Amino acid sequence: MIRINCPYCGERDHSEFSYGGDATINYPSLDASEKDWTEAIFFRKNIKGFQFETWHHSNGCRMWLVVERSTVTHEIKSVKPCHPDLQKVVENNK
Amino acid sequence: MKTRRIDNYGKINRDKILSFRWDKKNYKGFEGDTLASALLANNIGIVGRSFKYHRPRGIFSSGVEESGALVTIGSKDRRDPNVRATTQELYNGLEASGQNAFPNVNFDLAGINNYLGRFFAAGFYYKTFMGIPPLEWGKGTAIWMFFEKFIRKAAGMGSASGLPDPDTYEHAHDFCDLIVVGSGPAGVAAAIEAAEKKLDVILVEQDSLIGGNQLAENDFDNSQIKNQLENLGIKIMTRTTAFGLYDNCVVGLLERVTDHISAPNVNIPRQRFWTIRAKHIIVGAGAIERHIAFNNNDIPGVMTVNASKHYLNRYGVLTGKRIVIATNNDSVYETANQLSEAGANVTVLDSRTNLEIETNKSFEIRKGYVPYNINGSKKIDSLDISKSETINKSETINCDQVLLSGGWSPAVHLLSHRGVKPKWDYNNACFLPNDTKENITIVGSSRGLWNKNDCIASGIAGTTDALNRLGLSKTNYFFPKPGGWKNPIQPLYEVKYKKSRSKSFVDYQHDVTTDDVRLAHREGFISVEHLKRYTTLGMANDQGKMGNIIGLSLMAELLNKEIPEVGTTVFRPPYTPVSIGALSGRNVGKHFRPLRVTPMHQWNIDHGAKMIEVGLYQRPWYYPKENETLSDSYIREASTVRKTVGICDVTSLGKIAIQGPGSTEFLNRIYSNGFSKLQVGKARYGIMLRDDGIVMDDGTSWRLAENEYFMTTSTGEAAKVMSWLEELLQTRWTDLNVNVTSVSEQWAGVSVAGPKSREVLNNCLDDSLVITNNNLPFMGVTSTFLKGNIPCRIARISFSGELAFEVYVKSDFANTMMDLLWENAKKYNGCLYGLEALGALRVEKGHVTAAELDGRVTIDDAGLSKMASTKKSYIGSAMRKRGVLKNNDREILVGFFPTNLKETFNAGTIVCEKNNIKGQGIGRITSVTYSPELGHWIGLGFVKGGLDKWKDTNLVGADPVRNKQMNLKVVSPHMIDPKGERMYA
Repeated sequence: MIRINCPYCGERDHSEFSYGGDATINYPSLDASEKDWTEAIFFRKNIKGFQFETWHHSNGCRMWLVVERSTVTHEIKSVKPCHPDLQKVVENNK
Repeated sequence: MKTRRIDNYGKINRDKILSFRWDKKNYKGFEGDTLASALLANNIGIVGRSFKYHRPRGIFSSGVEESGALVTIGSKDRRDPNVRATTQELYNGLEASGQNAFPNVNFDLAGINNYLGRFFAAGFYYKTFMGIPPLEWGKGTAIWMFFEKFIRKAAGMGSASGLPDPDTYEHAHDFCDLIVVGSGPAGVAAAIEAAEKKLDVILVEQDSLIGGNQLAENDFDNSQIKNQLENLGIKIMTRTTAFGLYDNCVVGLLERVTDHISAPNVNIPRQRFWTIRAKHIIVGAGAIERHIAFNNNDIPGVMTVNASKHYLNRYGVLTGKRIVIATNNDSVYETANQLSEAGANVTVLDSRTNLEIETNKSFEIRKGYVPYNINGSKKIDSLDISKSETINKSETINCDQVLLSGGWSPAVHLLSHRGVKPKWDYNNACFLPNDTKENITIVGSSRGLWNKNDCIASGIAGTTDALNRLGLSKTNYFFPKPGGWKNPIQPLYEVKYKKSRSKSFVDYQHDVTTDDVRLAHREGFISVEHLKRYTTLGMANDQGKMGNIIGLSLMAELLNKEIPEVGTTVFRPPYTPVSIGALSGRNVGKHFRPLRVTPMHQWNIDHGAKMIEVGLYQRPWYYPKENETLSDSYIREASTVRKTVGICDVTSLGKIAIQGPGSTEFLNRIYSNGFSKLQVGKARYGIMLRDDGIVMDDGTSWRLAENEYFMTTSTGEAAKVMSWLEELLQTRWTDLNVNVTSVSEQWAGVSVAGPKSREVLNNCLDDSLVITNNNLPFMGVTSTFLKGNIPCRIARISFSGELAFEVYVKSDFANTMMDLLWENAKKYNGCLYGLEALGALRVEKGHVTAAELDGRVTIDDAGLSKMASTKKSYIGSAMRKRGVLKNNDREILVGFFPTNLKETFNAGTIVCEKNNIKGQGIGRITSVTYSPELGHWIGLGFVKGGLDKWKDTNLVGADPVRNKQMNLKVVSPHMIDPKGERMYA
C-alpha cells in the first residue's frame, strides 16, 4: 500500500487520495491552438523510474499534491503542495 | 477397523474424542488432530481423485503445500470446497467429503480418464479449440462449445454451494514496529530479541500452534516459549496467514477465527482480513520439502518425509509399516530413526554413494539407490528401485509407504510479492531470497539454513538488521551461511525409466507429468512463463509449492541450461487461498457501498415515497396513492405539475460555494457560456467541458453578491466537479483568488414547479412581494425568509418547463420547509413528485441529463451550440473544434415518437434506417417516457445528422435485447412548449 506524506495531514494510506496525472505538464493558455492542447492532453511519457505526478487528498484536506514517485518500486522521494503559495507556507513551517 | 494411531506419541489430547464424518461415514479423532491426521489414523488412504485423470490421491504433506488432500468441508450453504485436509483442524461434528469423483473416491467412474491420458496431455484445451487432428475436424468454436460442458464437469475440484454465504467476515487494521511471519526457531528468536529491545512486535503463525517445524519433533513443548513471548508483550496471532506483502511494509493477513469450532458464536466473524502496517517485516516462513518425479509417484501412500515425522510426533500416527524413504539429502535420517523406533520397518534409498551418516542402525541404508516405479493402484504394493547411475530394473521392495525428500525449497514467496527475484544456490539445490532495499529481512530456513542453531542465530541477526535499518542501533551482525548438512545434497528431481509409459508427476494437483513438460518443450513453450501456462504447472491452489522446481529442472535439462538460466515464475499473493468473503468483509448487501440520504429522507418516506438509488443517494422515485403502480403514479404526478403544482426533493444536486475576487473570471473560464455579465441576483445555466472538448457537466450558478456564487451540479458528477475546480485553482490558475467549498450537505433543496407554484411559495414566505414576476423574473435569485423566520435562497429555475422555483434552506430546516410547502401545495391540489415524474417532465422539454451527457457528447451534439461562447476562451474551447468532433455525421440530440402512437419503446433502442437494420445503426434512444401532456410515448436520443436530415423519414427502432422493433419518427427534442412561455409566466 502506497503511503503519502501529506504536508498538511501527515503520512496516510493512498486510499485517502485520488490519482491525478502528470504533474509536469504546462497547460497552454485557454486561447492556445488545438495543436498545443492536443500535445498537452494526449501525449504522455511512459516513465520507468521517478516521475512527478499529482494526487488529490480527496478524503483528507483536499490539497492537490505533487508526488515524486518511482513507477518501478512505488518509492516516494518528495511530496509538496501543487500551489506555489502553499509550498511556501509548508517550507516556512519546516 | 485397524488404526494407525500408536501409544505414547503425539501432542493430541487423547482425553477429548471428536466424532466426524468422512464421505458419509462416522469416524473418531482427537482434539489436536487435523482432518488429515484423523483420516490417516483411521487408515483412510484415498481422499480424492486427481484433476484430469481421476487417479486416486492420498495425503502428500502435513501443511499448506498439500496438493492431494483437497476436500469439501461442511454442507449446504456452509459447503467449503478445496480445503486442504492437512490444515483443517478437526472439530466435533466436522463433515467432509472427497472431491472430483463419482460415485466416490474409492470407486470413481471417471477413472477411465487415466487410460485416455494421451488425449488429455498439456495443451489439450488449446488443441481442441484448433480442431481434432489430422484433418482439423470440427475446427472453430462449435466443437468446443459441445464438449465444454462435459469437460467442465469432469475436470476440476470441489464445487461451491451456489447459496448465499451465511457467515460474516471482518476487516481489521493494526500497526506495529515489527511483524514477524512464522513462529519457528528463527521467528521466535527474532521476536524475543526485538521485544527485549523495546520494539512493539506482532508474531504471526498460520498454524494453530506456535513452533513451526519444531512441532514435528518428539520432544518439543511450546508452552515455555509461549509464556516467554507473552511476558514480553508480543502479540501472537495464530491461525493467521500472512498471505501477501505490499508497499511500505504493509502485510495482508487472513485470520481463521472459527474454522476450527463446531458451533461458533454467531456474533463473531468466521474470518478476519487484516491489514497490518509495520515499520519492518521479518519473514521466517520456513522451507517446503520437495518430492521426486518418477513413475506412479502419486499412488496413495506417497508422502514427504517431513510430513510423516509430523504425523508421528505431533499426531501419534505411524503412517506406514513397511516404509521406504527415498532421499538426496541428510534431512531424512532423524525421521528414519524415529519411524523405526516407533515400530516401522524402514529402508532408506539415498541417491548419493558417498556419505557419512550416524544412525541408530535399526534400518537399512541403500547408498546410490533411487526409486523408479511404484506398483499398485489404490495403495502401494511395492517399489522398484535401481542404482542411481543407470536406471535398470534391479530390485523390488515390498512396502506400504514411500516417503520422498528431493530437497527443500525455502519459502521465498512473500519476498517475491515485492518483486524480488530469488537466486539459485547450487550447493543447496534451491532458490534463496535475494537482498532487498525495503525493510524486509528473511530469517531461518527461508534463507536456506538447515539446522536449528543457525536458524536461531539468523533470527537474532534479523532483528539487529531491523534495528539498524530503523536507525535504532548500529550493531554489526552476520547471518549464518546457507546449508548445515554434513553431506552435500545431490540434485535429484526426476528418475527417468524409459521402458515404461506410466505417469510421473511433477504437479500433483493439476496432474502435470514429466511428459507434459517435455511436450511443452517440443512444441516450443520453453520460457518458464509459457511452460507454466501451457501445462498449468503450479497454477493450482497450491501454486506449485512442491512441484515447481522439478518442472524448472526438467526444462533446464531439455534446454541444456542451468536452472537459474531458465528462471523462476513470479509468486504473487495470496500465499494460500483467501476466501472471497474475507476480501469483501462487511461490504456486502446494503453495506456494499455508502448510502447517502437527504435531510428530508424520512419525511419523504413518511409521505409515501418509494425510493430509488441515484449514485450513492436515495431519492424519491414516486409517491403512489393506494394501488397505484409506478406508471400510474408518475403519470399522475407529472400531469399534476403541468396542471397545478408539484414539490420535488432536489437536495442530492451538488452545491459549491464559490467566493473571492476572482470568482467571475473563474466561472467565465470553466463554463462554455459567458458569465462575465451575469448580474447580482441572477442565475445562469452553464455547461462545463473537459479539456478535450467533451461535455463534463451542466448546472446553474447563482450570483449572490459581487464576489460570491452558489453553483449547483448534477447529482452524479458533484464530487468530480468539486475535485476539478480544486485542481484548476491549485495547479493551473494559482493566481486566481478564489475559494471553493462543497456545501452539498449544508443546504436542503426542493423544486416547486407548476402554474400554481408562485401562489404556493408565496403563502410560505414572510414577504409576499419577493417573488412577483417583476421582483423575481425568470432566472432571478433572491435570499429571503420562509414563514417562521427561516432563511432561504430562491432561484426561479425550471427543469420541468413550468413556472418553477428552487428553494434552498439550511439542512436542519428541511422538514420544516417540506411541511410548510406541502401544507400549501395541498390547497391547490398539488402533489409530491419523484424522479420518475421529474424524468418525464424533462424529456418532454428535451432537457439533457447524465443519460445523454455520457462522456462522448459535445455541446453541438447535445443541440446546445448556443451555449458555446464565441467571444471568449474557456476550458475545452480549442479542443471542441478538433476535426473528429466536427464531422458531419455525428449523432445529434433529437426527440423520437413512435410512428404508431400506441406503441412503446425503451431506452437503449438502436435507431436504424428502414432497409438497413443492423450493427450500431445510425443512432440510439437514451431516455423514454410516457408523456401525459402528449398522450403517448416519447423519447430523447441521438441520430447521425440530427433532425434536419431525418425529420420526414420513417426510421426503425431495433431493440434486439427485448426482441422488439417499431417504426420511429424523428422530432425536435423540445416536444412541448418549445418557446418556453410557461416558464416565463
